[in-house]
Amino acid sequence: MIHKFLPHTSEDIQQMLERVGIKNLNELYAEVPESIRFKGDYDLPDTMSELEIRKFFEKLGQKNNKLTCFAGGGVYDHYAPSVINHLLSRSEFLTSYTPYQAEISQGTLHYIFEFQSMMAELTGMDIANASMYEGTTATAEAMMVAFDNAKKADTVLYSETLCKDIIGVLKTYAHFHGIKLEAIKAVDGVTSHADLEARMQEGGVAGVIVQQPNRYGIIEDFTGFADTCHDKKALFIINSVTADLALLKTPKEWNADIAVGDIQSLGLPMGFGGPYAGYMCSTEKLMRKLPGRIVGKTVDSRGQRVFALTLQAREQHIRRQKATSNICSNQSLMALYATIYMSIMGKEGLKEAAQISYDAAHYLCEQLLNSKRVKLVYDKPFFNEFLVHVEDRDKFFNKAIQQGILPGIKVDDDKLLIAVTEKRTKEEIDTLVGLL
Amino acid sequence: MNNKLYGNLIFELSHSGRRAYSLPENQFGHHTLPDFCKREKDAELPECDEMTVVRHYTNHSENNFGVDNGFYPLGSCTMKYNPVINEEVASMASFTDLHPHQPIETVQGALEVEYNIQRALASITGMADVTLNPYAGAHGELTGLMLIASYHQQRGDKKRTKVIVPDSAHGTNPASAAVCGLEIVEVKSTSDGLVDVNDLRPLLGDDIAGMMMTNPNTLGLFEKDIPEIAKLIHECGGLLYYDGANLNPLLGAARPGDMGFDVIHLNLHKTFSTPHGGGGPGAGPVGVCEKLIPFLPKPHVSKTKDGFVIEDSENTEEFSTANIRISGYLGNFLVILRAYTYILTLGKKHIKEVGPFATLSANYIKECLKDDYELPIDTLCKHEFVFDGLKDKSTGVTTMDVAKRLLDYGYHAPTIYFPLLFHEAMMIEPTETESKDTIDGFIEVMHIIAKEARENPELVKGAPYNTPIGRVDDVLAAKHPILTYRQLINDTEESV
Repeated sequence: MIHKFLPHTSEDIQQMLERVGIKNLNELYAEVPESIRFKGDYDLPDTMSELEIRKFFEKLGQKNNKLTCFAGGGVYDHYAPSVINHLLSRSEFLTSYTPYQAEISQGTLHYIFEFQSMMAELTGMDIANASMYEGTTATAEAMMVAFDNAKKADTVLYSETLCKDIIGVLKTYAHFHGIKLEAIKAVDGVTSHADLEARMQEGGVAGVIVQQPNRYGIIEDFTGFADTCHDKKALFIINSVTADLALLKTPKEWNADIAVGDIQSLGLPMGFGGPYAGYMCSTEKLMRKLPGRIVGKTVDSRGQRVFALTLQAREQHIRRQKATSNICSNQSLMALYATIYMSIMGKEGLKEAAQISYDAAHYLCEQLLNSKRVKLVYDKPFFNEFLVHVEDRDKFFNKAIQQGILPGIKVDDDKLLIAVTEKRTKEEIDTLVGLL
Repeated sequence: MNNKLYGNLIFELSHSGRRAYSLPENQFGHHTLPDFCKREKDAELPECDEMTVVRHYTNHSENNFGVDNGFYPLGSCTMKYNPVINEEVASMASFTDLHPHQPIETVQGALEVEYNIQRALASITGMADVTLNPYAGAHGELTGLMLIASYHQQRGDKKRTKVIVPDSAHGTNPASAAVCGLEIVEVKSTSDGLVDVNDLRPLLGDDIAGMMMTNPNTLGLFEKDIPEIAKLIHECGGLLYYDGANLNPLLGAARPGDMGFDVIHLNLHKTFSTPHGGGGPGAGPVGVCEKLIPFLPKPHVSKTKDGFVIEDSENTEEFSTANIRISGYLGNFLVILRAYTYILTLGKKHIKEVGPFATLSANYIKECLKDDYELPIDTLCKHEFVFDGLKDKSTGVTTMDVAKRLLDYGYHAPTIYFPLLFHEAMMIEPTETESKDTIDGFIEVMHIIAKEARENPELVKGAPYNTPIGRVDDVLAAKHPILTYRQLINDTEESV
């Protein structure tokens, strides 16, 4: 029986074989040594019809619990306007390739230019690339930009207040790329400026990486950090939660050289970890050191303003081992997601959603503290996520799960990292508090 | 696709005071952000009404060409049909709404998907186990090389710092090796387009970490000496890496694991039908042989008698060769879900037809066109083949011109000027999902373009004509980079 994805009829096959001058499909592999021909069966189920596929995945889906989400840790349950998925399903976007043929890819090239523009606005930086895989690897790429940018320095410093997922990835990349990676101490939940200064005095530092808000949700004060870095010619790199930048002081205002992070907080589905997309923005000075795709304005033969992939001399398909990075795929469709999100929410909506998240998180925190069974681990300003000690944490956690609530992420044996977005209602928050 | 340029930027449609969003009223009382961390100036994001945004992106989509619009014979990119059912499954709320830090007992369905596709991909490729964590093909390459480096480091074999890469390899191969801190040694191809085993032998030694190969290679030719190459690499103590960019023709025909490859990556967005999305997201799972299993990146999904679990390290923040971390979580899950849907839709029988049909179509096109186009290596190809431009070089019509003329006829161009072995390379890959009718239509147009090149070369050199824009000035874009709307405005003001 012929399969719906495979249009070759036996008549087609016969005609094509004749034109090629062979007798059967087997002869197409005549040069493949007999010893390595695959003659068995794959360990797979039989073909499923569309109805069976639907039932199969409905059943699998039922083995997951959809929970009211108070977890963050880098992935947030923000509101997604319905327009986004509607537009994302346009197959001209969905099924196109990287826009190498600019003449038939102006849709992709325009939205990538918009994405770069919006990310530059949010971070305050001069320029942006056309997206990275996601936040942890984007941070690792920034580390490598700093390392490659330095003439002699071989060390990159990272704050202990980075999310542990990011630290794990940084350590791996640093190990193989030959970068010495050292921690800057955290004191009272924030990066120690004194420790940074002391370490910088020892020399050999190419870059310094911090996070805002940090792994505990705390908003850090980076006053003086950039100067400390720049005095010793090190790059200052800030990883930020994108959505929070609508209100927070920008990486540019902290005088950073590179801004990186994940754009998941721009309404992207949590999707059990991906796909998301990362961003990397920088000063103009670092333009030719950036990894990944970049789109720029130009003109066509008819004198029209058009857009095209540019600065490709940095990239692997031209420079091979001398490229700034091995990155080839970007996360174009997720960049489109974020671009439409930012177009819909706009200048005011992004601020409003961030403010509601901020207010809702503070409201929840106040309610929890009132109970006396919960204590803040660090008494520091936070944005929409905070770390608390909870009495009988596991009991509380399990009770919440049973009620269909994910009350946060467990940290150590007794703490809970709780995040709130504009999506959470007062009723949901009060229900969570009621479980204490 | 619309042949008139839409051309607006969303910023140009913005009017202060308009809005396209609605949010619930804030019920939590106002809390003030401390002054030290307040941003001074607002981000200048657009202000539009909802319909303006919808029309804007709809209009942009109409200046784009996807697989759903027409034939996309882009060599090495495997632009096969992206089944619509994949999208339906990947948009089910029972998968999209899962937080990666949910307790494992609440995500058993998602873990089952991950585990099952790990096993399916292992079976399809002949490998012992698979990680789904790498986010893209090049990311898979980097991961695979990290595993190779770890294997040697773990054994105290520290001299092995070199990786052999054929001159026909994708640019990502040497770039990934460089990111992994390895040196690149290039091995030449013979005039038949295959790795030159005689050139390879003297390169082998106790400093070789491994060799990266694509099979079939980027010329679409099967590296038939692979058993010997595998033996040579293993004898010198190296490991053999398989770049899965060209796996498609081998479905139903051969498995990298059986050829002697120790570590492989796959491109789910090529062989396993997930949409390219204008350049991503993809997914680049990595498969390994038995002895590399201990080095697989963390976290990793496995099955126990009590259900599916996530294996992870005690201390995730410390590097060791048992705690290689290349992703935040378990990869691009929703992409993986699409690929799993595709595998189940084909099933064990039809998946074996993919390779032969893709290979048949490529050979058919090659045979039909080799009178008009230069075929430097006239032999059986696999899923793709490479022409070295038009046969008649006297007209001055280049591969670039042919590619642009194809756009006029409603086809995407082939991959051009790659591989670098030929000056006028034109790499054509039809995939198994294109019907003979479509392929015959393409062949006819390729003949017409060859005829145009002979009779009216200027016509072809001036192409395209039926697209929203003409050829672009790449030099201007690179020489005077305008990368954001703010730069664009400043530039316009300066020139006025």
